[in-house]
Amino acid sequence: MTTKTEKLVIIGNGMAPGRMLEHLLEEAPGRYQVTIFNAEPRVNYDRIMLSPVLSGEKSYEQIVIHGDGWYETHGITLYKGHKVVAIDRIAKTVTSDHGVTEPYDKLVIATGSVPFIIPVPGKELPGVITYRDLDDVNAMLLAAQSRQKAIVIGGGLLGLEAAAGLAQRGMEVTVLHVMPTLMERQLDPAAGYLLQKAVEERGIKVICKANTKAILGNGKVEGVELDDGTVIPASLVVMAAGIRPNASLARDAGLATNRGIVVDAGMRTSDGDILAVGECAEVDGMVYGLVAPLYEMARIAASHLAGNSKSAFVHADTPTKLKVTGIDLYSLGDFADGDDREEIVLRDATAGVYKRVVLKDNRIIGTVLYGDTADGTWFNDLKKKRTDISAMRDTLIFGQAYQGGSPLDPAAAVAALPDDAEICGCNGVCKGKITATITARGLSSLDEVRAHTKASNSCGTCTGLVEQLMALTLGDRYNPKAVQPMCGCTDLGHDDVRRLIKAKALKSIPAVMQELEWKTSCGCAKCRPALNYYLVCDWPDEYADDYQSRFINERVHANIQKDGTYSVVPRMWGGMTSSKELRAIADVVDKFAIPAVKVTGGQRIDMLGIRKEDLPAVWADLGKAGFVSGQAYAKGLRTVKTCVGTDWCRFGTQDSTGLGIRIERFMWGSWTPAKLKMAVSGCPRNCAEATCKDVGVICVDSGYEIHFAGAAGLDIKGTEVLGLVKSEDEALLHIVALTQMYREQGRYLERIYKWAKRIGLDEIRRQIMEDTDKRQAYYERFVFSQKFAQVDPWSERVSGKDKHEFNPMAVIHKEAAE
Amino acid sequence: MDAAWVLVGTIDDIPRQGSRRVHNGAMRIAVFRTADDRIFALEDKCPHKNGPLSAGIVHDGCVTCPLHNWVISLETGEAQGADEGRTSTFPVRIEGRNVYLDLMPTHAAR
Repeated sequence: MTTKTEKLVIIGNGMAPGRMLEHLLEEAPGRYQVTIFNAEPRVNYDRIMLSPVLSGEKSYEQIVIHGDGWYETHGITLYKGHKVVAIDRIAKTVTSDHGVTEPYDKLVIATGSVPFIIPVPGKELPGVITYRDLDDVNAMLLAAQSRQKAIVIGGGLLGLEAAAGLAQRGMEVTVLHVMPTLMERQLDPAAGYLLQKAVEERGIKVICKANTKAILGNGKVEGVELDDGTVIPASLVVMAAGIRPNASLARDAGLATNRGIVVDAGMRTSDGDILAVGECAEVDGMVYGLVAPLYEMARIAASHLAGNSKSAFVHADTPTKLKVTGIDLYSLGDFADGDDREEIVLRDATAGVYKRVVLKDNRIIGTVLYGDTADGTWFNDLKKKRTDISAMRDTLIFGQAYQGGSPLDPAAAVAALPDDAEICGCNGVCKGKITATITARGLSSLDEVRAHTKASNSCGTCTGLVEQLMALTLGDRYNPKAVQPMCGCTDLGHDDVRRLIKAKALKSIPAVMQELEWKTSCGCAKCRPALNYYLVCDWPDEYADDYQSRFINERVHANIQKDGTYSVVPRMWGGMTSSKELRAIADVVDKFAIPAVKVTGGQRIDMLGIRKEDLPAVWADLGKAGFVSGQAYAKGLRTVKTCVGTDWCRFGTQDSTGLGIRIERFMWGSWTPAKLKMAVSGCPRNCAEATCKDVGVICVDSGYEIHFAGAAGLDIKGTEVLGLVKSEDEALLHIVALTQMYREQGRYLERIYKWAKRIGLDEIRRQIMEDTDKRQAYYERFVFSQKFAQVDPWSERVSGKDKHEFNPMAVIHKEAAE
Repeated sequence: MDAAWVLVGTIDDIPRQGSRRVHNGAMRIAVFRTADDRIFALEDKCPHKNGPLSAGIVHDGCVTCPLHNWVISLETGEAQGADEGRTSTFPVRIEGRNVYLDLMPTHAAR
């Protein structure tokens, strides 16, 4: 065993040092004892994906690269929310703003970059924010809730992604760009113009050649004034005018700095024991902001730390892609005009396609693609290999499919790529590595390929290519529908639909179908009930329940039987009843000649064979005796089964009946993705059979053991333990929070055990047992939703609601028809 | 033969994407209204196991039976997809908002 004698300290926990550690753990496991200082109070996440988080297409949890467990597994100490304020190169220590001092043998500086704040009056007003990290995204999301006006200063990659995200969140957005066309560093004017049109089609206003003179406002942002005197009102200003390498800490420590921290090709600074990687590093006069070269730096630095001093960083052009859904844009290399250069241009205004390839000595030096970017990889490959294109010059611009005769289908085009063609620009993964890894490891899902090769794991724009490679390598074994669409009306899966409903604030079924481009005019019997549930769950106060999209049982609040009659089950709280209740049931059975009466598995009484027309009258009589609907038909809370607990039982440890009744009274009426059955047992003998329920409680001397994710239907499965709590109040709080988490994340008709398997038991325990804030927030959202859900549907219908469901439209006697 | 049109009610009696039942002696007829206000009448009996189609979910020109999810065309009464069978359909006439049915079925069930 190697003893960890060398201490490695890393300042910064962004993508470059995260990747460096992955390489280092592979190349020299156990060599270093690693300590990380992260100024952000969180783990390492995929910063490239902040824009999808802003637009609502992804959640923070989905972009985490290394969760807390990863640091634990590798014995890495991570100081979250610690900003390093000093490096002492003589004592070889670093000190954080919280006063922690750590010694190092090797130090890696990865302080990233800082946003450039344009020096105008008002720049420090509240409401002026930058776009760098998750805190910025959260600030923007908060501002977007007000649905007011926002201004984004900067029409580059980051600014446009911010603008698109804010617009998608419902804000009225204006982009101010100082240059004549958008993204002028990556796009030529023609493509910049097309981009501006596409951005404007999204309802975003674009003003080019806009020089900001001042940010206006009294105590908070109220608008922006341009130097031509124009004043644009706004309550939010996002500064996205560029970034600067963050080299100040290194500068203070006396290291050589220029624009960034000067490093050699081995990522070493002017002090041999200190390395720098990422956006803060300047190598060979260049600083970088795109992820591919930063990952390359990470690889080189790891290699040097592992003792291989030969590897060296080499500059390579990186393609630029914009992550705004629906805008396809690709640019690479040098595309400036010049006497020694030629260009080939293709324009198709109707299709919105623009392609331009810049040549020098018959070799590609730059590419701009707009609208159709499929050939980006191929052009990049030709450029990298310095291929002489004279022979295919006439057809070059049409792309790879048109080389060598008949057009190829996209799969054939991918098949034709050489093994060393780069597929994933972010992570520098070539075709050969992907196909070889798929074969060697027997990978069959996109997630596995991402995990093992890193391809398509960062910005995701190469996902299509990776999928084609999988199809090619796996043949029939490849199932592209790893994400199961909700139904034939859409290609989106349940999770995407749920997320987009929230992100785009969709509040009716027609709005969902319109915005998410449903393929049928009004859905089907599969998607409509699901959408109706998602909307009820997400907008309890605003959404008007669409009864026509509910299954008949939930529409008429009874269970349809094989002969078209119905069964009726009144609630018996916690399974307790009385002579008065039993007498009322007996009377109803006699009065309506109900043919069958049965005791259910959920400790209540089922009356079967009731004619639809009789339902309101049956409910009226039951209502007089104090009964409400047992919701035995609902994708919602069903029963809470109990044993007699300390009231009667000589073994009972707690009042299980009382707790069961309390849970049922608190939670009745709530809709859930699938039916939800609960039970409370007063001791581990478990007479209420709580350990095969969706949620169960086993009372013990020391408190309440909460169980969940059991099943006793198509599948049989014992529950999992969520955790032990001390009081009845806490038991209720935790059960409610768990239910709300399931309500918000479950797919329609997905029972809690399937949901739990998908999300992971640890994650559920973490959110419900450990994260006090999350638990409380779930609890409160449930309580809010109950305000609208706890209306007894039977008494509503007895008072006349939905009469048409029960009464015939017309009764024709034979004579009338003749 | 002249159709015997019987007034059964108005369009407004039927919820959009919904259905109401007409009692014709012992027979039950389901009258449907689609999202775009077209009206259809079918015997309220799924060709599969006699499920009440009036209790199904109405989508596009079809209704999904509540018992076993067969999908029945409102226009032809035919089971869709891989299922085979047909429910009787009845001619419908609309005058203003009034809905009239001809109680002679167009297609016999099979």
